[in-house]
Amino acid sequence: MTTAKTDEVAKGTPAPATPSDQRERDRMRRRLARRRGGGWWPYVFLAPWFVGLFGLTIYPMLDSLYLSFTDFDLLTPAQWVGTKNYERMFTADPVFWDTVHATLLYVAVSVPLKLALALGVAMLLNRDLKGIGLYRAAFYLPSLLGGAVAVAIVWRQVFGGDGLFNDFLGWFGIEGQDWISSPDTAIYTLILLAVWQFGTPMVIFLAGLKQLPRDVYEAAEIDGAGPVTRFFRITLPLLTPIVFFNVVLQIIDAFKTFTPAFVVSNGTGGPLNSTMLYSLYLYKKGFADLQMGYASAMAWVLFLVIAGFTAVNFIASRYWVHYDD
Amino acid sequence: MSAITPNASPLRKLRSATGARRIFLHTLLIGVAVVMLYPLLWMLSSSIKPDTEIFTHPGLIPNKLNPQNYADGWSGSGNSFSLYITNSLIVTIGAVIGNVISCSLAAYAFARFEFRGKKIWFGLMLGTLMLPTQAVLIPQYTIFYNLTWINTYLPLIVPKFLAVDAFFIFLMVQFIRSIPRELDHAAMMDGANPWQIYWKIILPLMKPALVTTTIFTFIWTYDDFLHQLVYLQQNDKFTVPLGLTLFMDQTSGSSYGPMFAMSTLALLPTLICFLIFQKRLVEGLATSGMKG
Repeated sequence: MTTAKTDEVAKGTPAPATPSDQRERDRMRRRLARRRGGGWWPYVFLAPWFVGLFGLTIYPMLDSLYLSFTDFDLLTPAQWVGTKNYERMFTADPVFWDTVHATLLYVAVSVPLKLALALGVAMLLNRDLKGIGLYRAAFYLPSLLGGAVAVAIVWRQVFGGDGLFNDFLGWFGIEGQDWISSPDTAIYTLILLAVWQFGTPMVIFLAGLKQLPRDVYEAAEIDGAGPVTRFFRITLPLLTPIVFFNVVLQIIDAFKTFTPAFVVSNGTGGPLNSTMLYSLYLYKKGFADLQMGYASAMAWVLFLVIAGFTAVNFIASRYWVHYDD
Repeated sequence: MSAITPNASPLRKLRSATGARRIFLHTLLIGVAVVMLYPLLWMLSSSIKPDTEIFTHPGLIPNKLNPQNYADGWSGSGNSFSLYITNSLIVTIGAVIGNVISCSLAAYAFARFEFRGKKIWFGLMLGTLMLPTQAVLIPQYTIFYNLTWINTYLPLIVPKFLAVDAFFIFLMVQFIRSIPRELDHAAMMDGANPWQIYWKIILPLMKPALVTTTIFTFIWTYDDFLHQLVYLQQNDKFTVPLGLTLFMDQTSGSSYGPMFAMSTLALLPTLICFLIFQKRLVEGLATSGMKG
């Protein structure tokens, strides 16, 4: 393709085709080909990335695999202990299972709610209304603030005993409670925080909705399809690649959640480990208790779980994601 | 639904929603917007209320203004807040410079050259997008520990010079692919080498991608609590998020006001970024569509 274009450029030039010009052009073309082949140039540009990839990703991954089979407290050399860390995790650490429970609940509830809300609002925003940009900005803003500590602090107060949420319930005559310090509800305040930040998938849905072909809707409407039918028969099927993209990203993101759990529970994961999300427990084991071998084992389990979820997502997508071609 | 007459275009019908429907939509959207923004407005209003009023007087408009919260918060938690802001600026500016340079270099190589194993390297780069930071946190910590970089800003800045944020490489690759190759070729005819092409042609033309990278790197680094928590250990090295957590430990007393005041200030840089670049942020995300 490139050479074809170069040829065109060359043809377009009304230069007299003397043999020396021809030679010059051939030389140029060879030089171009060589440059595209790269020689050592691409490696010059990629050098920082290579250092980062091997030094800060591949080596650390292997190192953490090794450390996961050791006792390591950072200060003394790592002691090989075989699969002890993994055995302890799965058979002798009840907190680990609290963590798994809290994290799976968090992922399973927050991701579908967040995506449903994102899609719903994106559909509301997908029309010509005055001030649509302002609405988009207002809905996106909380997500932009994302994992900010300040947001989590506000959340802690909003759902506290004398917080904003209970004032709101008070208008309806409902007696509130301290949602943060009750083990049954604390995790749901974190879920609500995640759902509140639905802006990123919303914007991505919006981009997808804008690309849907209008004539299909017109045809469906002429055939008498109502809004519900249009949504389930046209919008959703055509949007599946974007739904898929959002599902994958949001699940990965939810598994990694750290800051809200840390701030809302004041670093404890309490009450009764109900907000001890996986990343928070990993941090505590590694950096508070200096059990870095154990934390490395946890890190590998997290990595495998996320990779597993992503792989399952990709395999399952064959059955429900529709691409044009 | 009413019957459709042949000459009334359904498209027109969709567009010209009736007045009642318009009003309903606006009401609905305003309702959602109020719920979305209320917690933030509540924080802002709490930051200027006297402590006694924050929980007893839930309305947004304070009875009495108490700007003292800002003064107390600024001087409050251990060190002056100006120190935390300075520290955050050092970290974020370092990270922005690092990301812009290293990611654009890598992106140029991926977008403009053919070389051995390019597909594999590119695949690896995309793979690192999915890698949770927690998976490499501990070995990275030991590396920086052995380099005696703990409690310095180096672990927060140096990796950015090594293009570890693959998201931005990907974004820039997509962007460079949209720049016509004829420009490269023309420069080459004039005797430019690949470095000069990168520096004089590609980089100036990819300004929009660089701006997006700058904004997101700034916000994400500024908000990145986990790494700052792990690497910064002494109070005087603390950044804004860490400085804020100091308020949390002393909230048993009556320091809610100052805490909200500093939380409001902490969100200010992100808010300003957002207001200036609102359109570009939202659209940049929609078209490149990644990361949550």
